[in-house]
Amino acid sequence: MEIKVLGPGCANCHKMEELAKTAVKELGIEAKIEKITDIGQIAMHGILSTPGLVVNGKIKHSGKPLPSLEKVKELIKGEA
Amino acid sequence: MLKQFADYITYTLLKLEPTSHLGDALNFFIYDTLKIFLLLTTIVYAVAIIRAYFPPEKTKRILSQKREYLGNTMAALLGIVTPFCSCSAVPLFIGFVEAGVPLGVTFSFLISSPMVNEIALIMLWGLFGWKIALIYTGTGVVLAIVSGIVIGKLKMEKYVQDYVWQIKAGDGVIMQTSFREKLVFARDYTKDLLKRIWPYVIIGIALGGIVHGYIPTDFVVKYAGRDNPFAVLVAVLIGIPLYSNAAGMIPVVQALVGKGMAMGTVLAFMMSVTAISFPEAVILKNVLKMRLIYTFFGIVTVGIIIVGYLFNAIL
Repeated sequence: MEIKVLGPGCANCHKMEELAKTAVKELGIEAKIEKITDIGQIAMHGILSTPGLVVNGKIKHSGKPLPSLEKVKELIKGEA
Repeated sequence: MLKQFADYITYTLLKLEPTSHLGDALNFFIYDTLKIFLLLTTIVYAVAIIRAYFPPEKTKRILSQKREYLGNTMAALLGIVTPFCSCSAVPLFIGFVEAGVPLGVTFSFLISSPMVNEIALIMLWGLFGWKIALIYTGTGVVLAIVSGIVIGKLKMEKYVQDYVWQIKAGDGVIMQTSFREKLVFARDYTKDLLKRIWPYVIIGIALGGIVHGYIPTDFVVKYAGRDNPFAVLVAVLIGIPLYSNAAGMIPVVQALVGKGMAMGTVLAFMMSVTAISFPEAVILKNVLKMRLIYTFFGIVTVGIIIVGYLFNAIL
């Protein structure tokens, strides 16, 4: 599974990355988590408001406020 | 009821004289703090529920089929309800332009979105009444429409960074959320926002209290009153670097109005605080060449100054 966290590096983007990592750990699945900070790259994924969460190429979340850990787990599990 | 509570604390509990500067300032501070936070919490929550129905992806889709004029008008109106944060200005800009939203229409959105926001409206409503809040909204929307049309007419597409035109983004998805999820969004949005702005609001109200209790009226009338022809100009220039403090500015301004600052000057000042900011310019440099940034700020600044003089003349 491929998880991407997209954001230029604001506080919420770091939190989003932590959420994704914790979710993957707690779900006990194999996943590669990639952090994308380049603005062109972010836009290319179709994200309009950051932070964004893309799982296997599909946009799962974008913008503030951040989803809860439970919600992130659900979003990731839906693609597993 | 809030008034009685403030009176009770200052005059009964702390035994301050109602005629003293300190008593007056403290009473004003307690009353305003309660009123503003009550308004902020309830209205931000209500607005957030509306915002949950207008994710930027939906706005993009609506605007991508629109041309000038109608497009500018819709962009300025959608700018009010679409959640927006200057940290997302760049991906949003690229997304819009790439989806075929005309440049001028995109700017109408970028101008109205930060300027006509619920915080400015609540603070204006709570401290100056609904008429002023309505005038601010109307003027802000018109300014966003006109500025966007002007930028569109200037044909400045070549001053957008070249790489922006090469990006081919997917259509994105509009996330389907239940009403319950929208309520959660609204709650989190409200919490997030209050957490960010409460110190500015309190500092602003405290400063307002000091102005109210200590700064002499003659002084304010002389410098910020209707008869000083430079007041609007100076207010707009001071407002440009004050960005994140929009929520904190209004209580100070309100106290100044009580001492004779002219209303048009107030509106112009508020608009320059919310609409133009250096951090935004730095962020926009990622997608715009300097010439377009200068043009954008120039047009908006001139527009705001006109608004200031206009309302000083008619209000």
